[in-house]
Amino acid sequence: MTEPILRITGLCKNFGGIIATDNVNLEVQPDIIHAIIGPNGAGKTTLIAQLSGQLRPSAGRIEFNGEDITHHSTASRAHSGLARSFQITSVVLPMTLLENVMLAVQGTSGHSYRFWRPVSRDQEMRNQAMEHLTRVGLGDRVHRLAAEVSHGEQRQLEVAMALAMKPRMLLLDEPMAGMGTEESARMVEILSGLRGDKTILLIEHDMDAVFTLADILSVLVNGHIIATDTVENIRGNLEVQKAYLGEEHA
Amino acid sequence: MSWLPTSVSGRIYTALLLLLAAAPWIILWADQPFLLDLLSRGLILAIATISLNLILGYGGMVSLGHAAFIGIGAYCVGIPAYYDIYNGWIHLLLTIVVSAAFALVTGTICLRTKGVYFIMITLAFSQMVYFTFVSLEEYGGDDGLVIYLRSDFPAFMTMDGPVALYYWIFGVLLLALLLVHRLVHARFGRVIVGSKFNDERMQSLGFNTYRYRLACYVISGVICGIAGMLLGNFTSFISPEMMSWIRSGELIFMVVMGGTGSLFGPLMGTGAFVFLEQYLPEFMKLLRESWLEYWHLPFGLLLVALVLFGKGGIHGMLTRLDARRGRTESD
Repeated sequence: MTEPILRITGLCKNFGGIIATDNVNLEVQPDIIHAIIGPNGAGKTTLIAQLSGQLRPSAGRIEFNGEDITHHSTASRAHSGLARSFQITSVVLPMTLLENVMLAVQGTSGHSYRFWRPVSRDQEMRNQAMEHLTRVGLGDRVHRLAAEVSHGEQRQLEVAMALAMKPRMLLLDEPMAGMGTEESARMVEILSGLRGDKTILLIEHDMDAVFTLADILSVLVNGHIIATDTVENIRGNLEVQKAYLGEEHA
Repeated sequence: MSWLPTSVSGRIYTALLLLLAAAPWIILWADQPFLLDLLSRGLILAIATISLNLILGYGGMVSLGHAAFIGIGAYCVGIPAYYDIYNGWIHLLLTIVVSAAFALVTGTICLRTKGVYFIMITLAFSQMVYFTFVSLEEYGGDDGLVIYLRSDFPAFMTMDGPVALYYWIFGVLLLALLLVHRLVHARFGRVIVGSKFNDERMQSLGFNTYRYRLACYVISGVICGIAGMLLGNFTSFISPEMMSWIRSGELIFMVVMGGTGSLFGPLMGTGAFVFLEQYLPEFMKLLRESWLEYWHLPFGLLLVALVLFGKGGIHGMLTRLDARRGRTESD
């Protein structure tokens, strides 16, 4: 096996007496879609927040690309190539889709202490942003305000923004959250298009989507990873079925 | 960029700037020298509100201590003048350095807080400056300081005479408008505006927003300091009163009245504020002699009405006019 792009060792996080992350060990191989599933309250979002830097772990170590990033800030992780999307849509609502993605391009392309030249005349940045918007299927509505488009389109915008950061790895926190069947199907299509190009760590509730997309699955229960395996093996894993899919499936 | 604006607001702002450029001639012709005084004072305050709008309107940093910079700028003229140093370049340099240093030190601390804490801590810092100057007996304490001669800019524009000073002020106002306009549309400004609406997201996009906001705070402080330098020259008498928190509150009101986060909003808001403050008492007196002293009541009610019903301030109302005409254009 190749060297993993992300290695988590002994990661723990507790909020007072509540243990949200319990000694998580995980390795993510490059250029695959690695999904983390688990019942509500298993600590999936807490885990992602520690990977992207919003939360500091209580113990343990996170290595990205061979570098220890456990104590790096959110902004500096973004510069090392770790991009996240949010479970609850988090875009700049009063700006247009294009402006949002241009901000994402800007974030990882040099500093922004440029006080005079309007960004609207930055053709290079604009082209890059357009490319990412087209890739997620929003190419025809780039001048709409983020606040005005549908929920599904905002989720697509999230992915375009994550892509615009030219990440080595995408952390996608429930990209299908709150989506209808049709919107979900489109998102699955968009994400499938990224397979082999980007490493994706996917947290998702939608089981059909996960089974379609993921190369490797990890199962998180009560803050602890109880299994990591291929989709077929996880489906056949009794312990997982009991913990996650419910007793009646076992 | 077309030179003839198509929107109502664009036309009004262009006309306003042209009118301001010609104002001294009109006023001299009409023989109303007092109006030039009023206009000069209004434009100085407008520069201060433009600087406040940069952090408050575009950056979402509500500072209740911005008048401290006005005071700092004024004392950067007054204290050298006390020692018979009238060289304007020295005054200007001092204003820029001291305002920037004060903004950097206080901003480093203030910007670690958000919301109401930010308001309180900016207020605390400005009160510190206020009481520092009150206690400086050498420079007049709370009685203030008289400036006998205006800043002297050898081989450049003189400030002597009301018209010359007016054009100084008008020139600085244009520069401030241009600077803010370029700033907010450049990469720097996009970060500031983005972090106003969604700071967490901006950080995860790779921006160290704290540093950008600090830089913005310093730029705003320096512009406001220069407004203070002009005010010192204009009034020829400076006192700590110029930087009281009441003045800071008035600045916020002017920004909100004009429309936060718009280029010309602060100018309109300051104009409306100064006009009402000047003419409302006279209007009340006209209605009934004894009503004169109650002019604050309709003043307050007007301000409340403007905030309640004029969503987006004066600028907001003008852009709604545009929308009604089916045109959309932002400044």
